[in-house]
Amino acid sequence: MDGEVLKVEKLNAYFNDFHAVKDVDLSVNYHEVVALIGPSGCGKSTFIRCLNRLHEEVPGARCTGNVWLDGQNIYGKGVDPVVVRRNVGMVFQKPNPFPGLSIFDNVAVGLRLAGVTKKSVLSEAVEEALRKSALWTEVKDKLKKPGTGLSGGQQQRLCIARALAVKPPVILMDEPTSALDPISTAKIEELIVELKNDVTVVIVTHNMQQASRISGRTAFFLLGELIEYGKTSKIFTKPQNLKTEQYITGRFG
Amino acid sequence: MVTELVEKLFFTREISEEISLPLKKRDVHFGDKVFYYLLKGASWGIVFLLLAMVGLILKMSWPAFSTLGWTFFTSAEWNSWTQEFGVLSFIYGTVISSLLAVAFAVPVSVGVALFLNELAPSWLARPLGFLIEMLAAIPSIVYGLWGLFVLAPLLRTYVQPVLLDYFGWFPLFQGPPLGVGMLCAGVLLAIMITPTISAMTREVFKAIPVSHREAALGLGATRWEMLKLAVLKTGTSGIIGAVILGLGRALGETMAVTMVIGNKSEIHLSLFESGQTMASILANQYAEADSDLQLAALTAVGLTLFMVSLIINSIARFIVWKVEKGFKGGK
Ligand SMILES: Nc1ncnc2c1ncn2[C@@H]1O[C@H](COP(=O)(O)OP(=O)(O)OP(=O)(O)O)[C@@H](O)[C@H]1O
Ligand SMILES: [Mg+2]
Repeated sequence: MDGEVLKVEKLNAYFNDFHAVKDVDLSVNYHEVVALIGPSGCGKSTFIRCLNRLHEEVPGARCTGNVWLDGQNIYGKGVDPVVVRRNVGMVFQKPNPFPGLSIFDNVAVGLRLAGVTKKSVLSEAVEEALRKSALWTEVKDKLKKPGTGLSGGQQQRLCIARALAVKPPVILMDEPTSALDPISTAKIEELIVELKNDVTVVIVTHNMQQASRISGRTAFFLLGELIEYGKTSKIFTKPQNLKTEQYITGRFG
Repeated sequence: MVTELVEKLFFTREISEEISLPLKKRDVHFGDKVFYYLLKGASWGIVFLLLAMVGLILKMSWPAFSTLGWTFFTSAEWNSWTQEFGVLSFIYGTVISSLLAVAFAVPVSVGVALFLNELAPSWLARPLGFLIEMLAAIPSIVYGLWGLFVLAPLLRTYVQPVLLDYFGWFPLFQGPPLGVGMLCAGVLLAIMITPTISAMTREVFKAIPVSHREAALGLGATRWEMLKLAVLKTGTSGIIGAVILGLGRALGETMAVTMVIGNKSEIHLSLFESGQTMASILANQYAEADSDLQLAALTAVGLTLFMVSLIINSIARFIVWKVEKGFKGGK
């Protein structure tokens, strides 16, 4: 498929009176990896959490604007956020497997929520997701063990597998490798590049190298505004905006 | 446990003493040491007190054990005329009334905690939570009176006849609907332990990080699915802990139970029948025991109550430990 999978129009997000994301327009194509960069507190997390309607779950938080997912406005009338979130997966900064659930159940949980009960279907999907997230060989003999017993990096890959298992067209990742060692990070970056064939990834990162390694386009945020958005190679070599240049050359932020 | 902690806190300081600063002439840790020995003394003091208490009760109840032997534990007969004393019917009464209370109280308490923490708006949650916690402050004699004059008639006129009509074939719901009895004691105890369990469960839920909830929501869980997945499941061991606390209170509760349980030293399967708990027999007879043997037997009942509480607590703790191990993935 070609064209835009996500189209954000005039998105504004608030925490009570605080205006965290200001008038952002941005679109993402199918099979694209888009990186969001910017100094801490500039609203990157808030922005991507608007893309699966998770932002509104924070008490006092709200947002305005339109987000078109595959041609449908997720903020349209009568749209169920639960359905939106089933189509837009999310991986968080801190690995958060469900305590009390086994490795298998952690990965299967999304499918079970979607109503899949057949054991064979579940096992197949779990294995596929774990293979994709490069965790299969490490856990295939202890699928019944609790997910929280894994190392931090393994837990994060488990969470990625959990998001992948339901095969959402779009996956949002909020600094997924910030708590990981270089080897796990490399594995996850590899995974993201491979994922491009199936899903669209929007990833927040503080790591410029990471952004340039994996993303096709990069968006630079500053104080809640989208300053510049374009081809990653362009952003990192010939940024149009002075602020972008200052940020990526480290003279700022 | 406590002494270990104290030792850790204070003996780690010793290391710094080896790095002798030239400035340090007087022992700056003098205060620490005094504090350490105070705490150590206090924690051993409690252990000593407990042992002394058990020792004394054991000594006082010894005549009962030596005269009655094992029949004290195996007999349900309690008769001061014939000088037969068996604790079995009281153990039954205590355990059943407490279990009944827990069975009623747990779903209600967890439901209340879920509602107040996760669903209710804060203008409602705050006063409601306060009111429920106030229930814990009501003296048990007041509960007893309420149970006798309000709850028992309610059960007699509205609940028991209905149960008899529909479930009369079931052994648990047979016999005359008197109001007072095992069922009444169970319900009353449930009301008494609900504030304890729900307050602790609320704390447990509050401690569950937002990230678990967001993980569930992010996967497309509905609110209820999120609560099941991220809150109830994660909070299991904490909820069990809260239940232990409530159970402890139910096992030892005396006044209120004595007033509504009917005080018959017999074992009946039916919950409509009267019963007697270990605490209630003590309240009923300790002040007016006729013989030395009866007094010793009553003290032995006290000892048994202590042991039963200990055993039930140990089992519950074991369950918590099991559940927590399952979470952490230890071997
Ligand atoms: N729950 C909240 N309540 C109030 N304000 C918040 C909340 N979460 C974030 N903010 C504010 O919104 C702004 C944007 O936060 P956000 O988390 O989106 O930043 P970020 O770009 O993701 O930063 P980082 O790189 O540190 O993760 C910040 O100024 C922050 O103080
Ligand atoms: Mg962030």
